[in-house]
Order: sequence, then C-alpha cells, then structure tokens
Amino acid sequence: MRKMSMNRVNTFIPEWMKKFYVGLILIFLYMPIIVLIGLSFNNSKYYVSFGGWTLKWYKRLFTDEIIRDAIATTLFIAIVSAACATIIGTCGVIGIERMRSKKVILAVSNIPLLNADIVTGVSMMLVFTRFLRLGTLSVLLAHITFEIPYVMLNVIPAFSRMDRDIYNAALDLGASRAQAFFKVIMPQLWPGILSGFLMAMTMSIDDFSITYFTRGAGVNTLSTMIYTQLKRGVNPSMYSLCTIMFLAVFVLLAITNLRDFQKTN
Amino acid sequence: MNRMSQKAAYPYIIWIVGFIIIPILYIFSYAVHDENGLTLKYVLSILWTVHRKPLFLSLYLAFICVIVCLIISIPLAIILRQVQSRIVIFLFMLPMWMNTILSILAWKLLLAPRGLLSHFLPSVSILNTVFATELGMIYDLLPFAIIPIHTAFAAIDEDVIRCAWDLGANRWQVFCKVMLPLARDGIVSAIVMVFVPALTSFVVSDMLGGGKVMLIGNVIEQEFTNLMDWHLGAGLSLVLMVFVLLSTFILDENEKNEYE
Repeated sequence: MRKMSMNRVNTFIPEWMKKFYVGLILIFLYMPIIVLIGLSFNNSKYYVSFGGWTLKWYKRLFTDEIIRDAIATTLFIAIVSAACATIIGTCGVIGIERMRSKKVILAVSNIPLLNADIVTGVSMMLVFTRFLRLGTLSVLLAHITFEIPYVMLNVIPAFSRMDRDIYNAALDLGASRAQAFFKVIMPQLWPGILSGFLMAMTMSIDDFSITYFTRGAGVNTLSTMIYTQLKRGVNPSMYSLCTIMFLAVFVLLAITNLRDFQKTN
Repeated sequence: MNRMSQKAAYPYIIWIVGFIIIPILYIFSYAVHDENGLTLKYVLSILWTVHRKPLFLSLYLAFICVIVCLIISIPLAIILRQVQSRIVIFLFMLPMWMNTILSILAWKLLLAPRGLLSHFLPSVSILNTVFATELGMIYDLLPFAIIPIHTAFAAIDEDVIRCAWDLGANRWQVFCKVMLPLARDGIVSAIVMVFVPALTSFVVSDMLGGGKVMLIGNVIEQEFTNLMDWHLGAGLSLVLMVFVLLSTFILDENEKNEYE
C-alpha cells in the first residue's frame, strides 16, 4: 500500500532522469576533490600538464618544515580550542538553566553563529590588538568564542532529555554533589558533549576568515597558509595533504555511520 | 538544579561579555567615533559609489546563490525521499567536510585558462569573472542548503501526501500545497545559512574573482589589512551587520507566523 502510493508520486519523472540528476550533483560536488587527488600524484609542478605518476609530493609533505608547522598549529589550535569550548559551553548549559535571563544569554552567545565571519573576526581583532598581541593565543581565543555555540547546540538537547530525578535520587541516597555530577549527569550528557567537541574541532580546522584577522605574523594554519601561497603558486604537497585529509574524514565518517548503515540494511 | 550550579556558568558569561559584547562595542565605537569626536561619516560612507556598488553586487550574488541552491536542493530532496540507503546521503555530506580553501583552490585550477575544464569547454575562460565567483559560492554553500532541505522533506509523512492524492490533488498541488508548507522550516533555515555567508564572503571573490570582483567583504578586508583605515572598515562592518541581522530577523519572523 505504502509502496504503491510512493510509486504514484514518483512516476512523474522517469527513473533514469532522477539518477542522472543525482549523479550530476554528485559530480559537481566531487569534481574539485577528484582534481586535487589527481594532482597529488602528478609529477609535473604545473597543474596544466600531466607529467606521469609520482609519490614525491607525499614524501615532501613530511619533510617540508613550513607545512609541518602549519599542520601542527592547525591541530594544536583545533584540539585546545575545542576542549576549552566544550568545557565552557557544557558548564554554561548546566549553569544557565535556572537563570531568568537564559534566553538573552543564549541569544548573545549565538551571535558568532549568525553574524558574518568577517565582522566577528574584525571585531575581535580590534580588541586583541588593544589588549594583547596578535599571535597563536589570539587565534585560540577567537576559535573558542565561535565554537561555544556549536558545542551548546549539541549539549542542550542531551541536557533537556536528561532525567533530573535520578540526580536528586543520587543525592538522597548519599552521593556527594561531585559524585552525583560525574556518575549521574556526565554519562547522560556524554554523547552530546562528544559530538559538540568533534563539531567544534571540525569548525576550527575549516575556519579561514576569523583566523585570518586574528592571527599574528608568522602564525599560519593550513587555510591561511594556502591563501598566502596563492600568489606565488601553491606547493603541490598541499594536494597530497588534501588527499590524506579526505581519506581521514572518509574513514572517520564511514566508521561513525557504519552502525546506521547496518541498521537500515 | 540549584544555586550552586549557576556558578558553573560564570566562565561562560564572562567569555560572552569579553569576546562577543566588548568586540561588538569596539566596532561601534570605531565606526561612530574618531580623534575628532563623534561622526557619522564612516557609516554613511556606504553611500559612496565605491562602497555602494560592492554592496549591491554582494546582495545580488547572494540572492542568485540562494535561488540556485534552492532550485538544486528541492528536487534533490524529493528524489532522495524514496532512497532508503543512507550511503547516498552520506555521499552528499562528505564534500562539506573538505577544507573550504582547498576546494576553492581546486576550482581555480579547474577554471584556469589552460586548466582542466578548458579541454571540454575551450575558448572561454571564466576565471576572474563574476560568474566564477558565483560558481564558487554555490559550490561552497550548496551543502548548507541540501542538508536542512533534505531533512525537512524526508520528515514529511508519506500518508499525508497519499491523502492529498486520494482527495484529488494533482502533482503541482501536492508539491505547492502539501510538501512546500511542510518543509518550510527547512527551506527557511537553508535560505539563512546560504544567504548570510554569501553576502559577507570575501575569500571566494578574492580567489576566483582575481581582484576584479569587489564585494563588500573585500572592501572591508582591504580597509583592515592594506589601507589601514580601521574607522572606515568598522563603519562598513556595522552596515553589513545590520544587513545580516535584518535578513535573519525577517526570515525568523516568517517562520514564527507559520505557527500562529
């Protein structure tokens, strides 16, 4: 019955056309990625010509100090800022629950989410140049700021689903507040906190605009490094880095989605 | 829980004040105040031709970008409704996790005069044009339209659509009167998520427009990095912020009315 009606809705467009449409969009989405992966094996330094297969860009990736520095900076900023944002954001979710101005506070903390990245970046740059020097620390502080709303986005649903009576029951049964927090509340919030942390990290690695305005001279993440290299020509090792990153994301996402795939099959 | 737990929010609130409210106040103060006292000339500089044109171009490109993303995403969402496999949806999510700068770089290589696409589409080079900028924007923001719209369409109950059929609605009516209103929230959030970044973007136009395409984002970026006129940059940022808030506010109101 259900199947029949679905067919009725969908017979409007022939099957091959739907496949063609989906395929076309997938080609559009994957074309740049395929190009970068192809170039990472290209022996010619100039992207317009193909000079045979090579792995030299992969080898250079691990010896080039500038790239190594950028990778280290990117990962350092991503991990540290995501950790700080997760702690501040999670405590924030728990703390503001009973506050009367909860809605206003949430609205203000969501400003970086809604506002233009360029304005967020510039506004923090104005403050940082006044009170501290632009450098790694300023990028770190800026990243924590725009990551907090992403963390809260993930933690709030877990927090509102949480059963509060269990916490009170734990207190009644003689648990200390700390015990009740770590043994009762944390296990329930954990999935939300984890996905918040991962989302914050991804946003940090992908960010360009805010990093661009708040970084000091000599501080480069991968995004800003590629941008500054554009004028002189991009180091082909960046293509191999892109390939590795793509594979890493693919494997990571595939693993986290594997359970869902199995469920639906 | 109790009063004690409110203390947990103190770092969060201090953070909001220090890194969101104070920076925005700084933009305000730079925009309306310089060494000669209060002034509106920096905010009003948006009316100069050199600033007004980039603003209109930004609005125009952002508008087109939203339309194209909707035109691509809505039929896709309807097709994906009958696809049970999550692997297909996974395939649509994956490119979003690619580093933005890297994928725009790839487009630059694709569109270059002797680049890869020139083998298939010879004679025309579109790099360093408004069209290339628009293409890059659409590529960059399309996933932000696909995901909410797909989620909204996937959530529509098949029985509701069947009902409409049984009551004699034709295909067009089913689409306009049943599916679109039910998917409205997803479409509205897709519009916001595409429009705001498109309006304020400066990287795509810089990389694919080759300095020839000036958007309002590029003007602001230049004021802060090359020209070092921070007052002017702050004045224009303030104007941009008003546009962003206005567009989210209008769409937000729209969404609320739906429930009343």
